[in-house]
Amino acid sequence: MLPLENVVLCRESQVSSLMALFGERHHFSFPSIFIYGHKASGKTYVMKTLLKTSELPHVIVNCVECFTSRILLEQILNQLNCLHYSEDEYTSHIACDSFNDFVRLFKKVTQERGVDDQTVYIVLDKAEYLREMEANLLPAFLRLQELTNRNVTVIFLSQIVWEKFRPNTGCFEPFVMYFPDYSIGHLQKILSHDHPPEYSADFYAAYINILLGVFYTVCRDLKELRHLAALNFSKYCEPVVKGEANERDTRKLWRNIEPHLKKAMQTVYLREISSSQWEKLQQDDTEMGQLKGLSAHAHIELPYYSKFILIAAYLASYNPTRTDKRFFLKHHGKIKKTNFMKKHEKTSNHLLGPKPFPLDRLLAILYSIVDSRVAPTSNIFSQITSLVTLQLLTLVGHEDQLDGPKYKCTVSLDFVRAIARTVNFDIIKYLYDFL
Amino acid sequence: MQKMAATLGFLSVDCLVSFHIKKNYRKFQGLISFLIFSADYFNEGESLSEDSKLRFDTCQLLWQQMKSEAEELQEELNKNLFDKLIEFLEKSHLEFRKKSTNWNYQIKSREIPTAALVLGVNVTDHDLTFKGLTAMLRDTITPYVVSLQAKECPDVKHLLQKLASQVMGCHIDMESTEEEEEECVQLSQKKMHYSMAFLSTWYRNVTQKKGSESVNKKITSSSQWKKSPPIVIILKDIESFSTKVLQDFIIISSQYLHQLPIVLVLGIATSPIIIHRLLPHAVSFLCIELLQSLSCKEHLAKLLDKLLLTTRFPFKLNEKALQVLINIFLYHDFSVQNFIKGLQLAILEHFYSQPLSILCCDLPEVKRRIHSLSEDQCESIRRLPSFMRYVEKQTPEKQVASLTNERFLKGRMERKSLSLHIYHENFFIVLKCLHAFTSSLPKYPLGRQIRELYCACLEKNIWESQEYEPALQLLRMLAKDELMAILHKCVEVFRSSPGKQLGSTAEKLKEFLAQFQSLEESNEEENGSGSQQKGLQKTDLYHLQKSLLEMKELRSSNKKQTKFEVQRDKVVDMIDNLVRKYLFPPDTQTLYEVVYFTGAHTLREHLNAAPRIALHTALNNPYHYLKNQALKSEDDSIPNVAPDICIAYKLHLECSRLINVVDWSEAFATVVTAAEETDPNSTASEEIKEIIHARFIRAVSELELLGFIKPTKQKTDHVARLTWGGC
Ligand SMILES: Nc1ncnc2c1ncn2[C@@H]1O[C@H](COP(=O)(O)OP(=O)(O)O)[C@@H](O)[C@H]1O
Ligand SMILES: [Mg+2]
Repeated sequence: MLPLENVVLCRESQVSSLMALFGERHHFSFPSIFIYGHKASGKTYVMKTLLKTSELPHVIVNCVECFTSRILLEQILNQLNCLHYSEDEYTSHIACDSFNDFVRLFKKVTQERGVDDQTVYIVLDKAEYLREMEANLLPAFLRLQELTNRNVTVIFLSQIVWEKFRPNTGCFEPFVMYFPDYSIGHLQKILSHDHPPEYSADFYAAYINILLGVFYTVCRDLKELRHLAALNFSKYCEPVVKGEANERDTRKLWRNIEPHLKKAMQTVYLREISSSQWEKLQQDDTEMGQLKGLSAHAHIELPYYSKFILIAAYLASYNPTRTDKRFFLKHHGKIKKTNFMKKHEKTSNHLLGPKPFPLDRLLAILYSIVDSRVAPTSNIFSQITSLVTLQLLTLVGHEDQLDGPKYKCTVSLDFVRAIARTVNFDIIKYLYDFL
Repeated sequence: MQKMAATLGFLSVDCLVSFHIKKNYRKFQGLISFLIFSADYFNEGESLSEDSKLRFDTCQLLWQQMKSEAEELQEELNKNLFDKLIEFLEKSHLEFRKKSTNWNYQIKSREIPTAALVLGVNVTDHDLTFKGLTAMLRDTITPYVVSLQAKECPDVKHLLQKLASQVMGCHIDMESTEEEEEECVQLSQKKMHYSMAFLSTWYRNVTQKKGSESVNKKITSSSQWKKSPPIVIILKDIESFSTKVLQDFIIISSQYLHQLPIVLVLGIATSPIIIHRLLPHAVSFLCIELLQSLSCKEHLAKLLDKLLLTTRFPFKLNEKALQVLINIFLYHDFSVQNFIKGLQLAILEHFYSQPLSILCCDLPEVKRRIHSLSEDQCESIRRLPSFMRYVEKQTPEKQVASLTNERFLKGRMERKSLSLHIYHENFFIVLKCLHAFTSSLPKYPLGRQIRELYCACLEKNIWESQEYEPALQLLRMLAKDELMAILHKCVEVFRSSPGKQLGSTAEKLKEFLAQFQSLEESNEEENGSGSQQKGLQKTDLYHLQKSLLEMKELRSSNKKQTKFEVQRDKVVDMIDNLVRKYLFPPDTQTLYEVVYFTGAHTLREHLNAAPRIALHTALNNPYHYLKNQALKSEDDSIPNVAPDICIAYKLHLECSRLINVVDWSEAFATVVTAAEETDPNSTASEEIKEIIHARFIRAVSELELLGFIKPTKQKTDHVARLTWGGC
């Protein structure tokens, strides 16, 4: 195994304070340690490598997977039960229902596995998810050492600060540790570290330098950057492979790769096109003319009346109710413009977002904007329900409310305008905000 | 039919009460098909005629044939999509299968291969597609196909439970050895352990145990998959999933990608952007590729071509009935399946309500049946309007013969049914040719889709319509390459249609084509006035008409036309002649009533039910459903013998948003007592009053149950109305 400092870069201070906390094998360590930091700040990676290289007895459980506390507890126990076992030895599954059982079984298992004389580390990754489980789980894990009376340390890894975890009834305070974001220098160093075997480290480092120059302003996620580096490296090498440049022609290589990376920023990086499509484009060396990104497919084809229902819903969501008379009554008589326009309402409706409206208002508007006569048939009602399942409308309040259901329109102005255009309906004319 | 209407009325009430119309709508359709395919329903008709059984059988046979045709079409259309999906699957997890140690693969993040199937908003049709998809994947790629629906997955726990049980269930399905089955059953009993970790261990065991031998013997293609078949997870309705569930699921799955070759298939009804909206944090774990299915409108066009624009099936719809079905499709649901159901209803209605539909079958069978027609049936033939029109045109002797001589009549009918068949053959060929011509014109004067043209031709003589002449004018301006493309299409129409109809037209078409070809070769130089032919601007109607006028002038002043122009005019004249000769509407044909369904009204009533209106009618005019003479009222007054709820309903119609219950109760009592004419001063009156009061309370609570009123806190002794206006 490689020495730790060769595989974990730029985290010297965190590693050394962790080592200090852990102390000797048989020493009791801090009961619980809480480590937080942004995504891809190396929490999982550092913890895993550290525990592995120092060969400490440990289990790592990812809390996303544990949608019930039972799965969490069983995973810990069963992983513990497999410590020091060779692959094919048979271990039976341990079932565990409650934290009480857990404490009891934990003691039993550690004894059986012969690790009760040294610190056992339980790493709970993505600890945010613990907050959604039973309330007693977090406090219990924080003082597991005390509860089991064993040499055990629980380590929480989270993207959220400790303050958001602390229950208001109070609890045992863990040792809190922060993993700061990597600086651009750190990123450069870590990314350059995993260069492909065919090329020299310097060549790859120069590539990473260009990559960071393009992407650092929009993305500091180490994982994402690594992904992008791998996706575009072959393009960077192209002039070298073709013999048009040598590895030290930095300018030439830069001119080749920079526009390519910029394009990547607008496409793969945004997941407009997928990584496999991107690689294929590179291989075939074609322009991405015919390949359209996801957002180019925004158009939705709807049945004729569904379009009008959506338009009516939009109007109902963004126009004040009292203006309906003015917009939809043929002979609305004299409604004075000054009276009608209230200053504070002006232009604010679109900023405030859609307002809920009752079904009957929707139908009333629908009947007045469709030129032919529509009967309130079951099809119309089921179309409204369909629009809800398509997430173009949302039902406000309870799902099973029978009398006077209320809806909101969730589509954007651009979207509804595009829809309205296909039925020759000038929606802007009917919107209070644009009067 | 009476009975059914009553049932429908009842169901409509149900619909309004709960706004879960969709659910009820299904129930209601189910009911219809239940009613439809019990033969009893047929016998229940006015007279228990001897042929009802035969009619029912004919109906069923015809429907079966049409249905299987529709299914075949569906399969054919799916195939395209499925092939693309298989191609996508072959590409995905390549490195996983090769156990690659390639640098690029090591460094890249692991993404879940995800196929986004954009299927359109006609959600009702998706089920069939998914069913086909699952079967196809199971047969060719992997036994591990799981399909999940949002409503089964309220949280990750349920989702994983469903996933695991389906994946392992697939395993049970294909295994026949009993001991292993037991093992699986045991596993499935330990429901709680359905975590991804568990699934991954299971997968390893299964694939390792099998070693190199294939997991499923049925699976033939793609040998690379044999060792580790992918787990394909189909999320049928992505829009309905909650962000939290999906996102967590994707995060979990992505952590197991090096052990489980998971592939996602997302069913999208709206647009792929929904993925970004739903999964802001999880898209980076997906490698998404879009696959689009055929649009439902094109599907409908193909379906019409297979089922209606053909002589394969004798049954036809008249213009109004077809329009009803098409309108439901275009205006309401975009659902091809519902269209097929509507067609089914039309067929049934036709065979049920038209006794002579017994002759609605293929030609040889018609002949046989004509000969075994009974006297009564012959009589009803004589009463057919189209037959009467035909007889009127005959010489007096023949008129007498057709009305009195049964054998003579049968002979006539045989000839007529043959000519009806020939009429249809010609009609569809000419219709398709005309469509080939006009569908390339700017602004589509005669409709872009063939269904529009077809409806127009069903309704009246198309050549008398306003758009016809201008369309021909435009045709006379086509450029050569366009014209030739159209002619090729027409030749294709002739080739694909059965029988040798329309005499030598097919030959003539080919001749024209050959001439144009030779023109092309011989005179490149002769392009005197040819310049303006090329400039046929497709988009701008105004300019077109202008140049049309100019052309006319040019032609009158300068008679000299190029050879091409002469030929082109000939072609257009030919199509014009064909149209005038063959494209007259079917109601001019004798025996039209036998094969054409004309009950548009029935279709509308059943397929586009108006629950609110039905309910209003039932309450406002109880006679309409109850058919009790006492309830008949000329003016708009309330007959006081009407059911209590009707009286209460009628009274409440006169109220505004808030109803004073005391006033309402008094009005109710007045109406009711007017009927009973009791002496207000009698001793029993107190008791009667109480009874009336109780009746009122019951009526009001029934109205509340139906969703017309609800209690309100705005004002004491008042209830709020939930409807407005008359209905
Ligand atoms: N200090 C480091 N040295 C080398 N690689 C690192 C370092 N920090 C992070 N990485 C790489 O970045 C990836 C993401 O880190 P991870 O531990 O998953 O972040 P976190 O758990 O904080 O979200 C790891 O897989 C690892 O390869
Ligand atoms: Mg992590």
